[in-house]
Amino acid sequence: MKAYAFDYVRAKTLDEALSLLERAGDGGKLIAGGQSLVPALNLRLLGPKLLIDIAHLSELRGITNDESSIHLGAGTRHVELATSPLIGQHLPLLQTAIRHVAHAAIRNRGTLGGNLAHADPASELPACMIALEAVMHVVGPKGERHIDAADFFKGLYETALEADEILVRIAIARCPADTRFHFNELARRAGDYAMAGLAMVMHGTPGHGLRIRPVFFGIGDRPVLASQAARCLEQATHMMDALADAQQALLHDLQPQDDLQADPETRMQLAQVLLKRGLADLMAQGRG
Amino acid sequence: MGKQVITLLVNGESHRLEIEPRTHLADVLRDELALTGTHIGCEHGVCGACTIRVDGAITRACLLLAVQAEGAVIETIEGLSDSGEIRDLQDAFRNRNALQCGYCTPAMLITAQDLLLQNPTPDRATIRDHISGNYCRCTGYQAIVDAVETVAQARYAAGERS
Repeated sequence: MKAYAFDYVRAKTLDEALSLLERAGDGGKLIAGGQSLVPALNLRLLGPKLLIDIAHLSELRGITNDESSIHLGAGTRHVELATSPLIGQHLPLLQTAIRHVAHAAIRNRGTLGGNLAHADPASELPACMIALEAVMHVVGPKGERHIDAADFFKGLYETALEADEILVRIAIARCPADTRFHFNELARRAGDYAMAGLAMVMHGTPGHGLRIRPVFFGIGDRPVLASQAARCLEQATHMMDALADAQQALLHDLQPQDDLQADPETRMQLAQVLLKRGLADLMAQGRG
Repeated sequence: MGKQVITLLVNGESHRLEIEPRTHLADVLRDELALTGTHIGCEHGVCGACTIRVDGAITRACLLLAVQAEGAVIETIEGLSDSGEIRDLQDAFRNRNALQCGYCTPAMLITAQDLLLQNPTPDRATIRDHISGNYCRCTGYQAIVDAVETVAQARYAAGERS
């Protein structure tokens, strides 16, 4: 299909983009990589009056680090995250996750900020952001504010972003040296949306202040931190001994949805399988 | 909602065009520039038939508005074919019967070339993974993977000799 007609303007600065967005009101829509937006336009699921192109804004570029955090520009493309040595060193979780995001041609253009602001419940990176306790840096007419990833994703394609705000940067605090990462998803074909997926970050020693953050996606209307399952695992002396309890706890943590891909029972089963495989992987990393 | 005037650099030639902003690049390539080797299947990024190269990176032409592509270096199957860059891949596809109707073929060739530029010695699983975003509905993938593997080996052997 063909998109409804709209006007297009390429913003040259962040300030220009903000004022265009404010002036356009409900009819304005930002475009960066467009890999989720253009399909929605072509299918006429969306009909904005004005597209504001922020793909060329230098303010949204770059992957940098300081002594406390890694900073990811919202305009960073998936392929840049996948090939960045800095990400490979500090946030290998993101590089594992990105291998599951669609296909090479999509990853070449799709941006991190676009992915997060789109808030597809089956998307990999929102779950990673919650697992990594990322902080979203958002700019609007009233200035800049910071939103924890856990508060950013509000539901199906819904975020804490106001209509006149732009996600400019994502900050992720440096992980302790003993941090282990796990990412896996179950999809019917390579590059398809996941029927269930899991991003996990763990540090510390079992029985001695272990901290684990299992975040599931593709299960409900947003990524979900499985906090009861995490508690089971954190309190156990031997983590694998707590596996059955943690799997049981997922029945309370997750409310799986029903759709064409899988029914709720299947999704719960897949989530429990992912947790088991993920913990085995985390333990194996400790032996490596 | 008027038209906009843009300049696109396609296969080394500059084109001045007056288009509606909603027009995606695949439609412009086909309808305005008569470069019909870029095929259109699903128009929402799933089938891969419209894959081209933009600034050296494979891209879905149906997921890129032509206005977004102003200032970029655009290469289509016609450009890659005329330059001889993928001659060996084209020969291998023919020799291995890696095409029947040909609808997926231009994009399949561009995607295969993209892989071989990044990874000169891919195994079959890697080839399958890289072309997983390009649907073929008649030949099946076996012969396509054969063809790409053959070219990878031949190029690697030629590189060893030189």
